[in-house]
This record gives sequence, C-alpha cells and structure tokens, in this order.
Amino acid sequence: MIWTATDIALMIGKIVLLYAIILTGAAYLVLAERRILGFLQDRIGPNRVGPFGLLQPLADVIKMITKEDMIPKAADRLLFSMAPAMAAIPAILTFAIIPVGAPLQLFGRQVNLQIADLNVGVLFFMALSSVAVYGVALGGWASNSKYALLGSIRGLSQLISYELSMGLSLVPVVMLSKSLSLADIVNAQADMPFIVYQPVAFLIFLVSILAECRRIPFDLPEAEGELVAGFHTEYSGMRFGLFFVGEYINIISLSSLASLFFLGGWRGPLLPPIVWFFIKVGLFSFLFIWVRGTLPRLRYDQLMHLGWKFLTPLALLNILVTGWWLALR
Amino acid sequence: MPILNDIKEILTGLSITFRHIFRKPVTVQFPEERRVMPERFRGSIVLTRDPDGAERCVACYLCSGACPVDCISMAAAEGENGRRYAAWFRINFSRCILCGMCAEACPTLAIQMSPEMFHCKRQVMDMIYEKEDLLIDGTGKDPNYNFYRHAGTGVVQPRGSSPGEQAPADPRSLLP
Ligand code: SF4
Ligand code: SF4
Repeated sequence: MIWTATDIALMIGKIVLLYAIILTGAAYLVLAERRILGFLQDRIGPNRVGPFGLLQPLADVIKMITKEDMIPKAADRLLFSMAPAMAAIPAILTFAIIPVGAPLQLFGRQVNLQIADLNVGVLFFMALSSVAVYGVALGGWASNSKYALLGSIRGLSQLISYELSMGLSLVPVVMLSKSLSLADIVNAQADMPFIVYQPVAFLIFLVSILAECRRIPFDLPEAEGELVAGFHTEYSGMRFGLFFVGEYINIISLSSLASLFFLGGWRGPLLPPIVWFFIKVGLFSFLFIWVRGTLPRLRYDQLMHLGWKFLTPLALLNILVTGWWLALR
Repeated sequence: MPILNDIKEILTGLSITFRHIFRKPVTVQFPEERRVMPERFRGSIVLTRDPDGAERCVACYLCSGACPVDCISMAAAEGENGRRYAAWFRINFSRCILCGMCAEACPTLAIQMSPEMFHCKRQVMDMIYEKEDLLIDGTGKDPNYNFYRHAGTGVVQPRGSSPGEQAPADPRSLLP
C-alpha cells in the first residue's frame, strides 16, 4: 500500500483524536469512580469543583503537576524515573489495535476506526500486558524501599499467574473466530456475541482482567492497608500521577477488549456503532468500580489458589470442550 | 460446591451495594446545609447571666482548675457591693476540647455549653474569645437559678433572707 498525504493526515488525525479521548476518558473515569464509590457508600463524592464536580480532574492534574517531584536518595534514578512510563505506555499502546466502530466512508475511501489492524492483534495485546508488568516490578525495585519491593514482588507473581488464565480464556475466542485480528473477531460476532457460546471463558477473562489491572479484590501490589501504597509508595507528584492514570487507561483498554472479545465490540442494533462501543466499555468500567465498592481484598494465598488451581484448569478444560464442540459440529 | 456458594455470596454483596446507589446520601453539605444540633449538645462555651440580668460568674477559678487542657484564664475582681466578678475572662478555643468539665465544675451555672458548633477561623489568634465574646444576655439552661439566692449570703443580701433559708438562730435566746 502506498501512503498518500491524505492517508498520513488521516492516521495522524486518528491518533491525536484517540489520545485525546483516552486521556480525557481516564481522567473522567477517576471522577466517575470517586462519585460512584460515594453513591455506593451513601455519600455524595467530590462535587465542589465545577458543576457536579466536573472540573475535579483538572484540579487534580494541577495539584499533581505542582507537587514536588521527589526521588528517594537510595533509589535507582534511571529506573525510578522510567518505571511510571513503562506502566502507562503499554496501556496506551493497546488502543492501537482496538476498533472503536464500523469502518467509515470518508473522502472517498474506507477509514477503519482502528489505528492498526494487526493480524496478530490478540498476541500483541498479550505481549503488551506482559510488558506492563515491568513498570510495576521496576518501580518497586528501583525505589529501594521494603514496602515497594514487597508490592512489586506480589505484582509480578500475580500478573504472571493471571496472564496465563487470561491468555487461555482467549483461546476459545480465537478458535471460534479463526483469526487473531480484532477486526475479524468483531466480524465473527455479527450474528451472535461470543458470550453466548463462551460464558465460562467470559467469566475467566473478567476475573483475570480485574487482576490484570490490579483492582480490588486483587489489589495486593498496592494493598494500602498492609504495604502503605505498595509498588508506588515512594512516588509522588506527576510520576505517581502517571501510574495512576496508567491504571485507569488500563481499565478502559481492558474494558474495551472485554467488549470486543465477548460482547461483539461495536455491533449492536439501532444505535450507531461508536455509541454501542462506548456503552459497552462504560458498562465494564462501571462493573470495575462496582466490584471495588463491594469486595474486600483477597489474601495472597487465596489469590494464588484461585489463579492456579481454579481458573487455569477451568480455562484449559474450556478450550478442550470448545475444541470437541467445533470438531463435532 | 463451595464455588457456587462463593459466587452466590459475591452476587449478594454486589446487589446490596447496587441498591445503595439509589439511597439518599447521608452527607451534610456543610457550609450550605447545617445540622440543627440538639439542645444539650456540647458545643462552644458561653457565659450566662442570672435571672436578674447580672453576670453569674463569680471568678472562682473552678472552671479553670477543672479544664484538662488549661484553656481558661481570668482575673478576679470585687465590686462595690462585695460581689466578685471576672475582670477579664478568656477561653482559648484553639485548645478547648469541648469536654464540658468547666460547665460541670461551675457552682453558679455561669459557664455553659451551647449547641453552636461552627466556629472556625483563619487566624489562630481569632480563636481566643474574651469575656465580651462569651457573655450572652440570657440565662441559658436552668433559667431560674440564681447562685446568690442559695449561697454567698451576707454579701449581697442579709443572712436568712433567701428562700428556703432559716433566719440565723440567736444563741442567747437558747440560754437557760
Ligand atoms: S470544655 Fe473542657 S476543654 Fe473546653 S474550656 Fe471547658 S473544661 Fe476546658
Ligand atoms: S465560670 Fe463558673 S466556675 Fe468559672 S470562674 Fe466563673 S463562677 Fe467560677
């Protein structure tokens, strides 16, 4: 394919737009989380800055940026400053492969609402989510503090174990759609979303993505009751902000992937595709917040038990059953 | 199967929290909404007057001695009729813990806790209240009590003239 000026302009436009949408989305997800948690606990939540507290994210950003940027004396400076970026970048990169809507006709050509339709999309996502672990691991290690180190060790083992069940729960999806490209996976769900065929895989994926973005009940790497703040104990100011925003971007990206893999992505009746996509992502994000407002944190051994002795075998069994079903059909 | 039970428990929890979304929040949005405190709430301190309109406080230092954080100070003075009063009386509200010990110690019911609880200032020195700030025009709780009707007799009124008090006996009349 030869890139013309229009193609490049379109691509840059898409990237800038997507960037703006994710960052605003993440900022407002923080606000939404605080308000919804408030309602869950019979409180009101932040409502002072602007109407309904809508300017709160802006105030938070200003606060973060103007805070002193501290690096502990004993820290490994280079890794310490790189770690937040290593946590946030993979989360943002994941959006490169997410189709947010049906292809559009624009300037006489077809425009995919997706930055890159990789033919190994699922693998790309799995690889990125493994790379994201480095942010946690190095952040905790480089800050040279016992709490941070404990947090990052927990983070490592947790992410590795849940990565496995997450990957295995996606195998049936790939078997059904016979493609690793996300656009094809969405197309394969034209008649019926995969959640109907694969409820078990969906549940495993849901639990794994909760663990993957280190949210309650799997927030052991942060565990503020035990480890101060876990792997980002020593971080302050915008570096902490990057970890924080990274976590919320991760929520959005994992929510979009969950809706792509199991709910048919942007497909839906009546409403335009992009609206359907946002509704589904919003539902998953709400689920994340709702679960946070409800469940307590798991103990470390319970976490490992659930991952290795329950989810992984179940996912393997699910693959087996799906294989039989596909062969016998 | 224990796992099914666990899932059921999780779903129960989720449904409970979901129902709470639609509850009315308990938050009081402070500067705009203010709770009306009950009458006997231990809020900020006032100095009251007796039913005749005179200051109740006799500057006995009992409140100051009872205060666990030592935030009351005063200087006693005596009026022309022999009645004692506080020349100045000062409460440092930045230290007061609103424990009510002073009100309990006071023999004249002069110092009382009021339900007013919203005092916050930008300057810590503004938290020091002088007698003029503390003195109110009413009697507060127990509107009929007047210390000098029960004690302190001989100072502002002749002995044996307050209600419930017998005139002093003349010992000579008891002699055989
Ligand atoms: S309420 Fe307690 S702390 Fe305050 S002035 Fe009275 S005795 Fe002192
Ligand atoms: S307020 Fe009461 S306790 Fe305190 S000095 Fe006056 S009379 Fe005595």
